[in-house]
Amino acid sequence: MTQNRTRRTVVGATLAAALGLALPATAADTIKIGLVTALSGQSARAGEAITRGLQVAIDELNASGGVLGRKFELVRRDDEATPAKGVIAARELVYKEKVTVLFGGLDTPVSMAIVPVMNEAKVPYMGPWAAGTAITKNGANPNYVFRVSAVDEIVDKAILQYAQKTFDAKKPGLILVNNPWGESNEAGLKAAMAAKGVTPAGIEKFEGNDVDVVPQLTRLKAAGADSLFLVGNVGPSAQVVKSLDRMGWKVPVVSHWGPAGGRFTELAGPSAKEVHFVQTYSFFGNQRPVGQKVLKMLMAKYPDIKSAGDVTPAVGVANAYDAMHLVALAIKNAGSTDGDKIREGFYKIGTYDGLIKTYTKPFAADKHDAINENDYVWTQFIDNQILPVSMKN
Amino acid sequence: MLVTSAIITGLGLGSMYGLLALGFHVTYAVSATVNFAQGSSMMLGAVFAYTFAMRLGWPLPLAAAAALALCAAYGALVEIVAVRPFARRGSNAWLMATVALGIVADNAVLFTFGKEPRGFQMSWATGSFDIGGLTLSPLHLVIPSAGLALAAALHFFSSRTRAGKAMLAVVQNPDAARLMGINVPAAILGAFALSTVFAGAAGILIAPLFNVHSDMGTLFGLKAFAVAILGGISSAWGVMLAGILFGCVEALITALLGSTYTQILTFALVIVALAARPNGLFGRAGVKKV
Repeated sequence: MTQNRTRRTVVGATLAAALGLALPATAADTIKIGLVTALSGQSARAGEAITRGLQVAIDELNASGGVLGRKFELVRRDDEATPAKGVIAARELVYKEKVTVLFGGLDTPVSMAIVPVMNEAKVPYMGPWAAGTAITKNGANPNYVFRVSAVDEIVDKAILQYAQKTFDAKKPGLILVNNPWGESNEAGLKAAMAAKGVTPAGIEKFEGNDVDVVPQLTRLKAAGADSLFLVGNVGPSAQVVKSLDRMGWKVPVVSHWGPAGGRFTELAGPSAKEVHFVQTYSFFGNQRPVGQKVLKMLMAKYPDIKSAGDVTPAVGVANAYDAMHLVALAIKNAGSTDGDKIREGFYKIGTYDGLIKTYTKPFAADKHDAINENDYVWTQFIDNQILPVSMKN
Repeated sequence: MLVTSAIITGLGLGSMYGLLALGFHVTYAVSATVNFAQGSSMMLGAVFAYTFAMRLGWPLPLAAAAALALCAAYGALVEIVAVRPFARRGSNAWLMATVALGIVADNAVLFTFGKEPRGFQMSWATGSFDIGGLTLSPLHLVIPSAGLALAAALHFFSSRTRAGKAMLAVVQNPDAARLMGINVPAAILGAFALSTVFAGAAGILIAPLFNVHSDMGTLFGLKAFAVAILGGISSAWGVMLAGILFGCVEALITALLGSTYTQILTFALVIVALAARPNGLFGRAGVKKV
C-alpha cells in the first residue's frame, strides 16, 4: 500500500515534470480566449462564423501588439449543442487551459448551463449569439456574463415595433414553436403587446415536426389576424410558410432570426422572401469603414469568402468581432487578467467604433447587453442571400 | 370554413397515417410481427427519392420507383436480421430488434445524408387554386388519392391474386399452408418488403409538404402505430379508416380548440376508444380454432 502510493507519487511527479517541460514557452505570455460552441452537426456553420469573427479580431489586435504587452490566443471546444458537453468543455477551458475570458455559442440551453460555472469561477463569459433573456439576467451578484447579440425580450419589442411601422399591424397572430425558445418569446411578445395596448388575434403553437400548420393558421386567420409573428428554427419556420402558401393566405410575416439558420429558401419555397426577420448585422449595402475593413480581412484570411454573400451567418461573425474588441478593451481597462478586474473593466469602456455600431458606454452594472432594438437590421431572403429589407430592389 | 379546411388537412395527413399503419397490418396479418420502426422506413423512402431526384437529377417517377425498390430491400433486411432469428425461437425480442434497426437506419442517414433538413420541392406541388371558396393545393388532392389507391391495390392483391391468397393462407394456418406447398418464409419476407414499400410511399408523398431529414418519421411512426391499434390491426380497411379518422380529429381539435390541446386530446381519445373497443374500432377479436 505505502509502496504503491510512493510509486504513484514518483510517477506523478515525473509526468508533471515532463508536462511542464513540454509546455511551449510562449503559453504563459499569451492571453487565452476560450470558445465553447457547436463546431459539428447542424449548427457547425454558426460555430465557424463565431470562430471567424473572433479570429479576425484577434489577428487585428495581435498585429497592433495585443493588450498589456501580451498577444491573444484562441482555444476552441465543441459542445455538440449539448448542455452537459458544454459544461465539461467550459470547466476544462477555465481550470486547465486557464482562459481569461470564455466565449459562448448559439444554443441558449448550453449557455444557460455554463453561466453558473462562470459566475462561480469568477471568469468573464461573453455571449456572441444565444439570445435567451436569462443568460445575462441570471440573478448572480456579481455577474460575470456579458453579451453582444440580440436578446429575446428586446427582439420581441422590436418585432412589434417593426410590424406596426411597416405593415400597420393592429391585430397580430402569434405562431410559435412549442419549445423553451418559443415560450421565452411568448412571454416577451405578450409583455411587449401589453405595454403598447395591442391585443393579439390569437397565440398558436406548433411542433418542430408538424407537417401541416394549416389548422393553426386557419384559426388565426378566422380570428382576424392582420400579420403574423413567427418564432421557430429554420425547418419549423419553413413549415409555416409552406402552409400559408397552401392556404393561399398572403399576410405579412415578421420573424425572429430562425430563418437565418439554414437553407430557408430551399425549405420554404418561393414565399420564403415574404418573411421579414431580425439580424444584428448585414455585410450587404453601404458599409461604414469598419465594415469595409472587416470584409477585406475576412476575404484575405478565408479563401471561400469572395463577397459579402459568403459571410454566413453574418450575425455570428459580426457579433463575435465586436465582442472580442470589447473584451480587449475591458482587459486593457482592468490592467490585468484577473476576472473581477475585467468585469469592472467592461463597465469602464467609453467609446468603441465597432462593426455593428459605435458603442458608447455599452455596459454598466445593471446592463450586460451591449445591443438594443435600435441596432437591429430587418432582412429578407432574396435568392438565397440575406439582404436588408430596404435593398429589396 | 374552419371545419372544411381542417377536414381537408386531416384527409391528407390521415391517409398517410393510414398508409403507414397498413404496413403494420400487412406483416401482422401474415406473421403476427411488425416492424416497430415504420417511421424510419418512411424516412428512408423520402431520403432515397430526394437523393435520386435532387442530387442525381433523375426524373421523379424513376427516382420514386428506385426509392421504393430500395425500401422493399430494406424491408426484407428488417425481416431477415431483426425479426426471423427471434420469431423462429418464439422470442418476442424482435420488438426491440426492429426498434434498434430503425435507430441504426436513422443514424446512418444522419451521417451520410447530413443533419440539415432539405426541401423536396416538386413543381406540380406548389401554388394553390380555389374551388367553391376553398383554397386547395394540388397536394391536398394527390396525397389522399394516392393513399386510397394504394390501399385499394392491397385489397385487390390479397383477395384476387394467387400470391395474395397464399399470404392469407399463411395467416390462417402456417403449417397447413406449408403442407399445401406455400413457401411460408417467402410470404413473410414478401409481407415485410410490402410493408416497407407502403411506408416509403408515404414518405415520398409527404416530402413536398414536409422537410427531408433523418428523424422526419419518428413522430409519424408513433402515430401510425396508434392508428393501427385503433383501427384493429387485423383489418386493412379498418386501419385505413382509422388513419383518416385520426388525421381529421387531430386537425379538427387544432382548428376548433387550439393547438395546445391537440396531442393531449387526440391521444386521450385513442385510450378512450380502445377501452370501449379493445380490438380496435373496426377489428374483431381473434378466435383461435384448435
